[in-house]
Amino acid sequence: MKQVIKGNFAVSHGVKLCRVKVISAYPITPQTTIVEELSEMCASGELDAKFIKVESEHSAMAGVIGSSTAGVRSFTATSSQGLLLMHEVLHWAAGARLPIVLANVNRAVGPGWNIWADQTDSLSQRDTGLIQVYCESNQEVLDSVIMAYKLAEKVSLPVMLTYDAFFLSHTSEIVDIPEIEQVDEFLPPYNPEFRIDINNPRSFGGMIGPDYYFEERYIMHKDALKALEYYQQVCKEFEEIFGREYDICEEYRTGDAEVIVVAAGTITSVSRIAVDKFREEGKKVGLMKLRMFRPVPVERWRKVLGNVAKVVVMDRNLTAGLGGVFASEIQAALYPIENKPMVYPVIAGLGGRDVTPDDIEGIINYALSNDKPTDVPLFWGLKE
Amino acid sequence: MTQTKKTPSHPLDELLRLDRIPHIWCPGCGIGTAFSSCLIAMKTSGIDLQKTVMVSGIGCSGRGAGYVNLDSYHTTHGRAIPFATGMKLANPELNVIVFSGDGDLFAIGGNHFIHAARRNVDMTIICVNNFNYGMTGGQVAATTPYQAKTTTTPMGNPEPPFNLPLLAYASGATYVSRWTILHTRDLMESIEEALLKRGFSFIEVLAPCPVNYGRRNKEKALDSLKIYQERTIIKNNADPTELDIDFDRGVVLGKFVDQDRPTCTEMYDKTCRPTDLSEESKAA
Repeated sequence: MKQVIKGNFAVSHGVKLCRVKVISAYPITPQTTIVEELSEMCASGELDAKFIKVESEHSAMAGVIGSSTAGVRSFTATSSQGLLLMHEVLHWAAGARLPIVLANVNRAVGPGWNIWADQTDSLSQRDTGLIQVYCESNQEVLDSVIMAYKLAEKVSLPVMLTYDAFFLSHTSEIVDIPEIEQVDEFLPPYNPEFRIDINNPRSFGGMIGPDYYFEERYIMHKDALKALEYYQQVCKEFEEIFGREYDICEEYRTGDAEVIVVAAGTITSVSRIAVDKFREEGKKVGLMKLRMFRPVPVERWRKVLGNVAKVVVMDRNLTAGLGGVFASEIQAALYPIENKPMVYPVIAGLGGRDVTPDDIEGIINYALSNDKPTDVPLFWGLKE
Repeated sequence: MTQTKKTPSHPLDELLRLDRIPHIWCPGCGIGTAFSSCLIAMKTSGIDLQKTVMVSGIGCSGRGAGYVNLDSYHTTHGRAIPFATGMKLANPELNVIVFSGDGDLFAIGGNHFIHAARRNVDMTIICVNNFNYGMTGGQVAATTPYQAKTTTTPMGNPEPPFNLPLLAYASGATYVSRWTILHTRDLMESIEEALLKRGFSFIEVLAPCPVNYGRRNKEKALDSLKIYQERTIIKNNADPTELDIDFDRGVVLGKFVDQDRPTCTEMYDKTCRPTDLSEESKAA
């Protein structure tokens, strides 16, 4: 059924369709309406789940670690400072191999206080072991929730899906909400091998010394890498049932491209408009949309970007003293290639500053007219 | 004859960052009254405002620090007290006032409150309790009354709220009181007393949030004031265990604790900075 809904409601509808059993969350702008809607669904019985009204984000994640260990499908959502407060237990959720799904609304980190779109929050959690998926539209947000549980439960790792504050969280778009029977067909009930079971008592969270820790982490790494392949299978199965196509990363007019723009989140949509404009002028410009960022789809990136002359990477995030996270990791992925493309790292739209199709056009023109980047990274639209 | 338009002024202008006005608080909100009571008490208490700092956390009340024309800090959510503790220990001469809300001080930051009270850090905590997370749109908090409706408890809150004065007393606060924004004179006098009190002082201020809390509980701003008038009783030195917030049974206001014990800095110096040591360092 098609409805006009905000990105946050796309998340809560997705969670409902997945028959999640425990939700634990703490309010933070711009995530709040996700959990408001979910608590209404829980209170009215529309969703047969328990909603834990915790006292902080750290407790929210700790709570779903508990419920997931007890063996039920669990969900939480947060944003920015809230995600940072969860940091310790994000590592724990991944290390404990719990298939929790977390929706993070990408919002800038303080100080100064800023509630608008910026990816630094989720990217600063890239070493926690959570699988990360970036979304561009409200439809993709809803579908990604459903696919996230399928993937998480397959690889026993938590998944964080992220989308931009306000540009998606509070913007209404047409979303096709699947029938729950279809989702049941796609996502079977969660039945973990390891869970708290009074008939088969186990101890969780024990000490693990130097003899085993190393191998345990290696296994976790290997399983994380498996998520790349699994996710492609999950996307294929999803397409068969729901008719919408997704992948670990997406290409747009990249076939014969000489310049490829790389973007994640809503900057992708404006980049697409700019790419079309260049194509109309006969200029070979394409777009690679980042979806899965942990694990890193290194081989796919090399395949898409390996043969072009120039790659422009759009980062709505900043690691002070380095630059953009996406650019840095894409450069690392391309390093072993013999005829590497020239990479143009661009920082734009920090703290929710608008990035328009004109901006992307200007940035592409900058790449076209310079043999190599003039600034690494280039801060696009910086005020004097 | 030239006429100049009279610039509107307010008796507290000198204590306000006028460039930040108008404030964000909604019509009927109680925070403004709590805030001005605090500013008046700061003036009348005679404390050195040049050595006074206001610290807030996140939320509607947390905006307080941003409006006061003194050294002030708008900290992260729940951490006003640890930020303030750092300031006080670094510079014990400062008068430190924490002005923040119930959600900030007692849910996400509750841990810090009990430990600062236990240590008896010499500071004044003013908690505006509006019974919900107002800034994010009215979710249930650790102070939401039993069965009250919020956006995250649409069928009513199944959990009991904190009795904040009891928590403060049990944690070791040296001064504890509770007033409503209707009791402005008592509130101002209480804040003044607390500012001059050595040790950890705590004042709970009950305040309406008509837009988010009141609306869902059929309580308009004026209704809240009527409730504050009709269903409260002033009972100084009341037993802290009898201070639950239940307006059906009546809510007790007053000053409940006023005791003396050594402050955090005093105990620290006594244990870790024996006199001979500190004199040696002075000589050096």
